[in-house]
Amino acid sequence: MSSTVISHDAAHHDAHGHHHETFLTKYIFSGDHKMIAKQFLITGIIMAVFAMTLSLLFRIQLAWPDKEFPILEVFLGKWAEGGRIKPDFFLSLVTIHGTMMVFFVLTAGLSGTFSNLLIPYQIGARDMASPLMNMLSYWFFFVACVIMVASFFVESGPASPGWTIYPPLSAVPTAIAGSGLGMTLWLISMTLFIASQVLGGVNYISTILNMRTKGMDLWKMPLTIWAFFLTAIVGLLSFPVLVSAVVLLIFDRSVGTSFYLSDLVVQGQILPNEGGSPILFQHLFWFLGHPEVYIVVMPALGLTSEVISTNSRKPIFGYHAMVYSLVGITVLSFIVWGHHMFVTGMNPFLGGVFMITTLIIAVPSAVKSFNYMATLWRGNIRFTPAMMFAIGMVSFFISGGLTGLFLGNAALDINLHDTYFVVAHFHLVMGSASIFGMLCGVYHWYPKMFGRMMNEKLGYFHFWLTFIGAYLVFFPMHFMGVDGVPRRYYAFTEFAFMEKWMSVNLLVTWAAIIAGVGQVAFLVNFFGSIFWGKKATQNPWNSNTLEWTTPVEHIHGNWPGEIPTVYRWPYDYSKPGHNEDFIPQTVPFSETMSSNMPHDFEGNEEAIRIQEQWNKENNRVVEG
Amino acid sequence: MGANEIKLEEQQKQFKAKKFNLWLGMIGMFMMFAALSSGFIVYTASGVDKGIKTILPQMFIYSTIVILVSSLTLHLAFKAAKAGELAKQKLLLVVTIVLGIVFFILQVQSWGVLTEQGVYFINNNASQSFIYIFTGLHLAHIIAGIIVLISAFFCAKPSIATEKNVFRMDLAAIFWHFLDLLWIYIYVFLLLNQ
Repeated sequence: MSSTVISHDAAHHDAHGHHHETFLTKYIFSGDHKMIAKQFLITGIIMAVFAMTLSLLFRIQLAWPDKEFPILEVFLGKWAEGGRIKPDFFLSLVTIHGTMMVFFVLTAGLSGTFSNLLIPYQIGARDMASPLMNMLSYWFFFVACVIMVASFFVESGPASPGWTIYPPLSAVPTAIAGSGLGMTLWLISMTLFIASQVLGGVNYISTILNMRTKGMDLWKMPLTIWAFFLTAIVGLLSFPVLVSAVVLLIFDRSVGTSFYLSDLVVQGQILPNEGGSPILFQHLFWFLGHPEVYIVVMPALGLTSEVISTNSRKPIFGYHAMVYSLVGITVLSFIVWGHHMFVTGMNPFLGGVFMITTLIIAVPSAVKSFNYMATLWRGNIRFTPAMMFAIGMVSFFISGGLTGLFLGNAALDINLHDTYFVVAHFHLVMGSASIFGMLCGVYHWYPKMFGRMMNEKLGYFHFWLTFIGAYLVFFPMHFMGVDGVPRRYYAFTEFAFMEKWMSVNLLVTWAAIIAGVGQVAFLVNFFGSIFWGKKATQNPWNSNTLEWTTPVEHIHGNWPGEIPTVYRWPYDYSKPGHNEDFIPQTVPFSETMSSNMPHDFEGNEEAIRIQEQWNKENNRVVEG
Repeated sequence: MGANEIKLEEQQKQFKAKKFNLWLGMIGMFMMFAALSSGFIVYTASGVDKGIKTILPQMFIYSTIVILVSSLTLHLAFKAAKAGELAKQKLLLVVTIVLGIVFFILQVQSWGVLTEQGVYFINNNASQSFIYIFTGLHLAHIIAGIIVLISAFFCAKPSIATEKNVFRMDLAAIFWHFLDLLWIYIYVFLLLNQ
């Protein structure tokens, strides 16, 4: 596809969309970043629905551990004999729910969608640096999804050692049912997924650094682009580490090496493996695993920044601080992995080091939270559905982030680890926050993706159900965790001290079911609006960034003529002295003499002189 | 500015971005081996019975020489491509590919030597298994490298624009030199832990 863009034939300069496209090259094996973004999004949504259904299944088990639901047997067969979910299958549900949500929905579905859509659009490029790599990235991801879903159709069931696949459960195929073929499929799927992420990430970084349009220096990039850029760097440095961990795991599983295995007896048989260390796997895994949670949350923060600024009609508060805090999170994300392993017998001194680095992350996170609120402060707020989700994202980021301070403390973690407190923490700060960031992006950029608007009323309905539902699901879990209720347990009927939590589990499950059903509003809205939505205008939100200067109708190469030049940063909203409350990045300062400030010219004396002369001639008084 | 110039500029941008892709990809690959190295160090430090505890095969020295020579021939091939000497470029590329295959064979043979020394892959001292992992993963990359070289070979013909040919050669050369350096890193790392 790139060959069309860089065609040497001058006569066809404006003919980017005029080459022959078949159904197959346009919709299936597309190299176009806009189509790939839509592919990522729709696949991500399907995965999200699938993973959410799994969570509802295990929530049903937790709320009514002694009740029989014959309908479950109809659908799940031997995994729900007599209408009750089996313990083995419960573990599979938890594992695959986590894997799909973290990797397929919030990594690929979120940064895959919006990096692909927005990077070329917002930096002013015709397409990604390598459209072929981009296409491969999607198809690796798609095959990974298919394999993961397919693991539900093997006899021994899907993988069940948890999404963190700790050995020995994951390394000894005979350990439990889910350690067998299902685990092998999990590993294959994840290897393909990593390939997809690395291909995609490399492309994002390279496109941002090399393909920006004229005038788009790094400090004029929207915060979305900064977030995608840093996310891709984190991914590039951490995903290959998981490859190494998985390669060793595969050899332990299938060949008989002893990297992670030692002193094991499985079903009365002594395994020959000696000398391995399961902790080694945890180190390698969390060296990816912790950066991974920032891979999940940073794009959501970027999208939210853009949406909040646009809909507050105010410049983002502390643009530089926002960027530096993202950089801070990026750097810190690599030196905190040990906080997942406080109770693995880690040297307390080392635990202390990891505790300090972990708690330092609160600083950039707080900078971001306060900046969001300062941006909202006295803004001319437009409560579009996207804005609601953006504010919801900030809310979850704060309420989930605060409990991070408890968990990051090595001493408190001794009590809190592996309880529902952890479940509550990460579902708020990374699960709900990122999902809300993603949904805010979907509502905001839907007109750009499909050329139509989404229904607002359904959007508000969807927001309130999801927002209240998510808090009702996850907030009570904090109290369970403090009381010591462990995560991943199949039923709480056997322990006297947990019986009082049965009613809370009931509340949580009902909230989950209602919020889950609420997603139907989104699905109807999303898929219905593709066909029946109101036609979008070119710039429906009066936004400044470059993607809104492209025609509504998608064309290959994005801009019909030359790529526009950028003159200013993307957050000139409600600038005093201008007749409109937004000034797109493509408007030169010479056209906005009445609103220019000295600092707009960054020390360019000639420009300042011209401006001052104009001010004098027009009796304009510049404050500050 | 003429439309043609814009096209050329956009092509230059594309080339630059693709080359950058390769550098980033190499960073990713390096991270894989960095992870293995740190895994090796952590594992080996976990007990006095761990560690390589053997003499690395002589064969590794020969394979190091082979891959160094192949880097040299590839560099000459790149220079030939720049000078527009297609025949010379192709010949040198073939030599490089053959040397790459020889390297591959030598590495596999060194596995044989290792097993003769009693250093097996399936081993309760996983430090020794790590030798196979390092060399094996490197060989997987060598296969990719040879495929890149072969595709560069088929790109060297008059019907394909010179600048495209040179660009491909450039990428192939960077990648191959990287694999060369990677091997030297692995070898030195193993020697230091011998």
